[in-house]
Amino acid sequence: MNRDARISWINRLLLPILNVVTAFAVTAVVFWLIDVNPIEAAEVLLYGAFGYEEGIGYTIYYTTNFIFTGLAVAVAFHAGLFNIGGEGQAYVGGLGAGLAILMLDPTLGAWVFIPASIIGALLFGALWALIPAYLQAYRGSHIVITTIMFNFLAASLMVYLMVHVLRETGQMTPQSELFPTNAWMPFVHDVAAGMGYSIEASPLNLSVILALVCALLVWFFLWQTRWGYAVRATGKNSTAAVYGGIKPKRVIIVAMCISGALAGLVSVNELVGYQHRLIMDFHLGYGFGGIAVALMGRSHPLGIIVAALLFGTLYQGGAELAFEMSGVSRDIVVVMQGLVILFCGALEYMYRPWLIRKLAPVVRQSELAGVAL
Amino acid sequence: MSDLLLTLLLTLDATLRVSSPLILAAMAGLFAERAGVVDIGLEGKMLASAFAAASVAAVFGSPWLGLGAAVLVSCCLAMLHGFATITHRGDQIVSGVAINILAAGLTIILGLAWFHQGGLTPALNNDSRFLSITLPYAEQLAFIPVLGPIYKELISGHNILVYVAFAIVPLVWWAVFHTRFGLRLRAVGENPKAVDTAGLSVIKLRYQALIVGGILCGIAGAYIGIAHNAQFTRDMTAGQGFIALAALIFGKWRPLTVMLACLLFGFLDALAVRLQGVEIEGFGVIPVQFIEATPYLLTVILLAGFIGRAIPPKAVGTAYVKER
Amino acid sequence: MIMKNYAIELTDIDKRFGAVHANNKVCLQVIEGKIHGIIGENGAGKSTLMSILYGFYQADAGQINVLGDTYIFRDSHQAIAAGIGMVHQHFMLVENFTVLENVILGSEGGALLADGLAAARKELTRLGEEYGLKVNLDATIDTLSVGLQQRVEILKALYKGAKILILDEPTGVLTPQETEELFRIFAALKQQGVTIMLITHKLREIMSITDQVSVMRGGQMVAHRNTCDTDREELAELMVGRKVLLHVDKGPANVRAPLMTVKRLTVADNQGVERLKGVSFELRAGEVLGVAGVSGNGQTELLEALSGITPLTSGSVQVLGMEMDAKHPLSPDILRELGLAHVPEDRHRMGLITEFSASESALLGYHTDASINSGLWLSKAKVDANCEQLMQAFDVRPADPHLKSANFSGGNQQKLILAREMERNPEVLLIGQPTRGVDIGAIEFIHQRIIAMRDAGKAVLLVSVELDEIMSVSDRIIVLCDGAISGRIIAADADERTLGMMMANALDPIDPLQAMNDDKSSSNHSTQEVQS
Repeated sequence: MNRDARISWINRLLLPILNVVTAFAVTAVVFWLIDVNPIEAAEVLLYGAFGYEEGIGYTIYYTTNFIFTGLAVAVAFHAGLFNIGGEGQAYVGGLGAGLAILMLDPTLGAWVFIPASIIGALLFGALWALIPAYLQAYRGSHIVITTIMFNFLAASLMVYLMVHVLRETGQMTPQSELFPTNAWMPFVHDVAAGMGYSIEASPLNLSVILALVCALLVWFFLWQTRWGYAVRATGKNSTAAVYGGIKPKRVIIVAMCISGALAGLVSVNELVGYQHRLIMDFHLGYGFGGIAVALMGRSHPLGIIVAALLFGTLYQGGAELAFEMSGVSRDIVVVMQGLVILFCGALEYMYRPWLIRKLAPVVRQSELAGVAL
Repeated sequence: MSDLLLTLLLTLDATLRVSSPLILAAMAGLFAERAGVVDIGLEGKMLASAFAAASVAAVFGSPWLGLGAAVLVSCCLAMLHGFATITHRGDQIVSGVAINILAAGLTIILGLAWFHQGGLTPALNNDSRFLSITLPYAEQLAFIPVLGPIYKELISGHNILVYVAFAIVPLVWWAVFHTRFGLRLRAVGENPKAVDTAGLSVIKLRYQALIVGGILCGIAGAYIGIAHNAQFTRDMTAGQGFIALAALIFGKWRPLTVMLACLLFGFLDALAVRLQGVEIEGFGVIPVQFIEATPYLLTVILLAGFIGRAIPPKAVGTAYVKER
Repeated sequence: MIMKNYAIELTDIDKRFGAVHANNKVCLQVIEGKIHGIIGENGAGKSTLMSILYGFYQADAGQINVLGDTYIFRDSHQAIAAGIGMVHQHFMLVENFTVLENVILGSEGGALLADGLAAARKELTRLGEEYGLKVNLDATIDTLSVGLQQRVEILKALYKGAKILILDEPTGVLTPQETEELFRIFAALKQQGVTIMLITHKLREIMSITDQVSVMRGGQMVAHRNTCDTDREELAELMVGRKVLLHVDKGPANVRAPLMTVKRLTVADNQGVERLKGVSFELRAGEVLGVAGVSGNGQTELLEALSGITPLTSGSVQVLGMEMDAKHPLSPDILRELGLAHVPEDRHRMGLITEFSASESALLGYHTDASINSGLWLSKAKVDANCEQLMQAFDVRPADPHLKSANFSGGNQQKLILAREMERNPEVLLIGQPTRGVDIGAIEFIHQRIIAMRDAGKAVLLVSVELDEIMSVSDRIIVLCDGAISGRIIAADADERTLGMMMANALDPIDPLQAMNDDKSSSNHSTQEVQS
């Protein structure tokens, strides 16, 4: 294999794997620091994620959320933007889905409710990303800070709405009334039962299909259309993009709206697919997890699906861990997210010089392949 | 003495308290950004050092040891940020986000493992905290009209870290504009190549800037953990690190104006808290969620730049690479 | 024979960057107190060599002797201490610092600035008088002209005790008159015993100012000469390794209708400063209009305004049947559709996307083309085919559409961009600095293609800082100075001296519209000559 191909393998496969392994290794150290046997922890975790049917259902259910937010962050990354507002966009997306359902006539069929809720989630998620996007494009306001602020604002807004406006009459808990059954996204175990297979019940619902479809659509958009080309060009070099007749301000807004819309779809999985009502804090952790997923998956839909599966595993396994071991809480997954973002994002190229020296060293050649001095 | 004056003084008093961690964090950000390094991780550093201060103070009973631990932890995270962004030229924002998330998770995990209180640290007794200091003759001088109450309510009665925060601002100004270190720092943020060809180390200067920032963030975290409050709670920094960044941008990276921006945030926050539960004619009570959202809303409005464009140091955000 | 003292002696300096052998056993001897030139093409290794001498890089092997002592420089600090000062091609100045602050950076003389500043002020005033390097010490760099900024760089080096001064392409940003001024400063320095090393690719300067000259080619030192014993032709041949055509073969122009009319075009920058002040000219089919001028006099703004990237502040441009002005801008995509193509000055900043594959860079600006899009779908096969065709037409090597754009040499990148813009068969072609950083073989190819477009009846606007290129490729020339046209001349009548005076705005002011009428009558004249 020639040197260029080797370097390509290093960049695309070896380096990401090594980075993830490092993140795991440091997690093991953290476990050791809190007096937990890392091997034992890993066993409990894997058992929780894959050891029984219900667990597997939960794992894929969480994976679905991570696919949505991972895609969201990735689309923004391709446009050169860092969307940290996934948390808020997912939360407000829920408002869109919920309102769409609650405002429609309960006798309508699922064929109306499900698409309506999806569109509601998309629109509201996009809306929550639109203002930071506009401020970045037209006023130069740093999108990282504004999206973080919008996360806080989403929390305040949603709490207010659920306590004062949408609360189910006569109830104490801030949550909306139950959605009509026609507005429930079918559970996978129900669909399977309908086809003659018996699976343990879990929150896993057909939103996972939606997630996979979204991954396909995002891939097509970014690499097989002229608008995707415009997005990627803007992200790599906005000056060249302007030269090429692309309008970066427009691209920023469109990309962020798509990003917010994708994040908003988390609510379809959570609320339309499982909780069947608008509740508080259903979104927590998925927005930031999306960052880790996008970085680990190198902003490519295939990588994102794999990374999302990893994080879904950690989420479900982490719940099992918290259940089995009193000294550990689910926050260990947050630590893992941070480590993945660190090693797959900030320290992405840490191992690269060493790997290249060992596996693809410079061979003295008389013919230089057109490399400039 | 009129009610209005007393209310104003108490609000200003609260302002000083709320602004202190913002000022310290913003100064930390100033050093970093003046040297060309974006530091989104101020929030995480503050959170981690609040936890360190509260933990050590709980275990050893000394707020000073707590402060020391806070500074140490904050500097370690600053070094991590430097390792990722300066040595390995990683993305500065991704690194900052990683530090924030790591801090959020590790503080709970370690807190749970060490103290078994669901992530909280044990409540501190007064000996383990920084408490209010009454300045000399505050009570005796209170009878002087206007100046007396100002001295007693507003200036006296803060804990030592508040005084430190405000004393640091002129110190920072002097360091950045009147010392050799400050000249080199500003040069590195504008044109690192010029610094390199002058025979100085860009890397060393940037690390130095981050360490100073680490120290300042540590003090801010200690304030939050053991001075303003009596224990560590989950996510207790509540976005103050980001608000400090907004103040830094709004204050155009100059120490005095940044301090004023922090005071502005503090004042509006204190004002909003005052209005909590108060009935306004024709409107009713302002919902508590809106009060809580005020600092974040204000940050967005200020960043939207309706009050002038802010031009950051030229080389901020990019790693330094020796070009061929 | 008298033993001369060597200020610098380099023995077998070797340096590699990955697969690239930048310096291959290079030897150099520079006599003390002389002016020594080092010439070579882009990529010959001269900048690398000087960077090693300045401590910026460390050589893999070889020895450095400065004024008799052997040194290993681990950083610039040590080189400065040994008496070496360097004035870089792109100035190493902090724009919002004053001259004084820039000079003392790194040699502040103490932890507190106040004392250091006072001492520096005294010393700099003295140096300024001694060498004729007067400059306002309290002015901030961004208010100084390029020539003055260069003086600051020289002052900086002298302040730090330089006995050997290295200058890297110092005259690229100067007018011919400012260059004369610089050479006078060299003479003053030489009188005081300062050794000067001049890195340049300008043969004229080597011949006029240096005492000795060394030639580098492909990473190796290939020749040393006493300047008085050689000439331009020999040096050019040594630089390239074969006989070089310094002129372009072309027939007379067949000029037809104007395709672009620029009337009082004014462009102001973000701070409201006018960078282009009421420029008017016509561009006709079948001619090459050269725009000469020192870099930074409005050329970039001109190209970017004409191609729709920057909005006009006032004035108008009629192009290919449409008109644009401040209230009715035309964006780059619309102009492309009309038949305007643009090869930008800075290929890395604007011309292509270094992270993209060649295929995707070859798509920039044409990604919405109906020929490669079917409905929603942008077909990869068609995109690759497009790139292959471009690579073949312009001999881009290696002809691999999937190779990352950054991995092509400067000349090949430029050829790819030219192919992309020229193969669309535009009516109007705007080109900026087409041969910057391009090796001589590609330069000849590029010039021939430009002439071919002109012969095919297209209108070409050629912006370049290289006077040789302007004079040999253009049919008519306009000169930009300070954002305004300071001179118009037909290429046949142009020489370096006249153009130099125009570049420095030393001739009488011209009424632009009158000049356009003069142009019309003069071109009618030339076509009449051709016909008869």
